Amino acid sequence: MTLEVLDPTGGEAPAMRQPLPRSSSLEGKTVGLLDISKPRGDVFLDRVEEQLNSQGVSTLRFTKPTFTKPAPVDLRQEIASQCDAVIEALAD
Amino acid sequence: MTQTVTSTIRFGAAEDPFEAMFDRGWSDGLPLVPPTPERVQQMLAGTSRSPDEVVATVAPDLVECTVEKVAVNAVMAGCRPEYLPVVLAAVEAACTDEFNIHGVLATTMSVGPIIIVNGPIRKRIGMNSGSNALGQGNRANMTIGRALALVIRNVGGGRPGEVDQSTLGSPSKLSFCFAEDEEGSPWESLAQERGFSADASTVTLFAGEGPRVIVDQLSRKPESLAKSLAACLMTTGHPKMALAFDTILVVSPEHAARYRDAGWSKQQLREELQKNLMVDVGRLPETAIGITTSDKAEVKQLPKFRKDGLIIVHAGGTAGLFSSAICGWASGPSGSQHITREIES
Repeated sequence: MTLEVLDPTGGEAPAMRQPLPRSSSLEGKTVGLLDISKPRGDVFLDRVEEQLNSQGVSTLRFTKPTFTKPAPVDLRQEIASQCDAVIEALAD
Repeated sequence: MTQTVTSTIRFGAAEDPFEAMFDRGWSDGLPLVPPTPERVQQMLAGTSRSPDEVVATVAPDLVECTVEKVAVNAVMAGCRPEYLPVVLAAVEAACTDEFNIHGVLATTMSVGPIIIVNGPIRKRIGMNSGSNALGQGNRANMTIGRALALVIRNVGGGRPGEVDQSTLGSPSKLSFCFAEDEEGSPWESLAQERGFSADASTVTLFAGEGPRVIVDQLSRKPESLAKSLAACLMTTGHPKMALAFDTILVVSPEHAARYRDAGWSKQQLREELQKNLMVDVGRLPETAIGITTSDKAEVKQLPKFRKDGLIIVHAGGTAGLFSSAICGWASGPSGSQHITREIES
């Protein structure tokens, strides 16, 4: 005797993507600096930017509208199209 | 048997169904009722909505959730069919951009989706708004909140240790649902305050922690009691924080009697509380949410709560000079907004 039940799950396995291979060098690359809008995230990213720029690495700054929600699709696409790597800051 | 929208799973002959549901990761840690096709059909009798109607897109996996899928999880939570309309309304409300269940689930803070039920459905399905209203012992109160949490877990894929990164967690992440005692209240109900008629049944969703008792067994004057309530409310989140976290104040009958006797409206109480809930900006840490250094120079004091940030409801047993505070999470459009939805019958 076996029991039949209805599947309570979404029934979909969310797509798992492999991260891109890590860059071996940042030479000639552009690094996106994403502030998630937590207090003092800018302090952290200012320092990271200073360090990267002193090594000749280009940087671009981005900000999420709020830390409580996922980054909007447009913002994610903007970062992906303009940057080779991204550093996301939390802080507090 | 009616054809179901959802696919079925047949457990192995040697499997104990209760263990099989744990093994498949469907449980919140407590045993579940097996969602057999018969039980799900009975559950669906609780609504006139079509089983294949999409109720919401559930975070974090952003999966479309049908009425039937909600019914499956409601069965597992232990709901009776007449609770289903409340669960459906709660799922709809939770999955709005305003309420932001993704953030409520994912945050390191200790909050879960709290459901306050108003209107005639409270009595019809036997909810508790009296003694132990925020506690155990009532099937509707306990299982409606649990059903919502199971939908987030199973349909949305929101599980602790994955997208759910809460530092300490909270019982409100398991189940926290209660009804307002409207009949015994000196004031209009929460739903009426928000423009719904007394005939309408509603759910209000609030992202919050567990309840914390406020003790005042001495005050005989409404102003004195308001000072006590305010002093305790001041510590929600952190005594130095302003405009950060909304809060529910659950006023019990014996405390409410002070205001009934004095003829105070709910708005009068709210204004008196707000008068006693001003935070000295000079004491604020610079990192307090929404407070910048430049603000400090311009404003001497800030209110503890946003304009709509203090919800007042009436519930509890008729004996006991206690009220309760339920602290919320990042408030307003940049976090989670408490919202009220009408329950479809």
